[in-house]
Amino acid sequence: MTDFQDIWTYLSSEPLLWLTATLAAYIVGDSLFRASGKKAVVNPVLIAVTLLAGALMLTSTPYETYFDGAKFVHFMLGPATVCLAVPLYLNLQKVGKSIIPMLVALIVGPLTAVGTALGIAYAFGIRGEVLLSLAPKSVTAPVAMGISESIGGSPTLTAVMVILTGITGAIVCTPLLNALKITDYRARGFAVGLTSHGIGTARAFQVNETAGTFAGVGMGANALATAILVPLVLTLF
Amino acid sequence: MIGHLTVILGFQLLGEVSVRALGLPIPGPVLGMVYFLLLLILRPSFANAIKSTAQGLLAHLSLLFVPAGVGVVGHIQTLGSDVGVILISIILSTIAAIVASVYAFTLTAKLMGGADD
Repeated sequence: MTDFQDIWTYLSSEPLLWLTATLAAYIVGDSLFRASGKKAVVNPVLIAVTLLAGALMLTSTPYETYFDGAKFVHFMLGPATVCLAVPLYLNLQKVGKSIIPMLVALIVGPLTAVGTALGIAYAFGIRGEVLLSLAPKSVTAPVAMGISESIGGSPTLTAVMVILTGITGAIVCTPLLNALKITDYRARGFAVGLTSHGIGTARAFQVNETAGTFAGVGMGANALATAILVPLVLTLF
Repeated sequence: MIGHLTVILGFQLLGEVSVRALGLPIPGPVLGMVYFLLLLILRPSFANAIKSTAQGLLAHLSLLFVPAGVGVVGHIQTLGSDVGVILISIILSTIAAIVASVYAFTLTAKLMGGADD
């Protein structure tokens, strides 16, 4: 018989344990999400993250060890982004007919996202690096981190704010848009992708393919829009 | 399956190389998606073949954000005493941005007279 210590030594040095744990935690989150009748508040990402963060804390596992396993899942974000071309192609006519409304939203949305985030945080007394890091929070993480660095923010801090924005958008979008009685799923999806990047897009795909497709377009377009808008808005502060 | 995955990874690779070569401010996979879209427009038969692989991956897009989300928990203390204020700013600003973008879209669509379907 090998004692538990030896087994744990093996498990903590191999990616297998935390890769399996990531998938298992997501399955728990996704099952709860489905059991709730696909309620936005029961967000599978938030549930899985909470479970895994708890597990890491209980086993005093550093994030680096965890990520050694989880990186295989994380890597798939790139291929998944490329795959957005498929629903986009299948809905190309619908997207083509919405170019003008999308362009208008693409100016109004990012301007509101950057302006209100900076305005509110500034009013609460946030200044300097933390304030600057907040500006690109609605953009997909790799681009947001690049923008943050170029304007004097902290890319790490920005990554945290990007994820928090994504989860917030994914949770509030459905109840918020239902309360506003918005029934156009092109607009709903586009607004969520624009505001809450990939995590919002993931939520939109849970609702329907039209919302998901438009969210994907919104996410991609905002990567460019915010890169241009942030330096302009910052001249106001 | 392996063939489809190779095509998808190939487009990502092409995107990553292009943005670096041209110094573009967008992520490589986003440009890879644009290239892939062009291929689908030029070769429509390919869309049907690769549809199930792509939709299978996108159906569980949420899963792919879990590792980054776990990373955030470890970094949340870097926000220090500002954490509450930052959270409030993020929540209010996200709500404002969703409302502003959705109305910008729907009002423009209405002005243009385009019905939603």
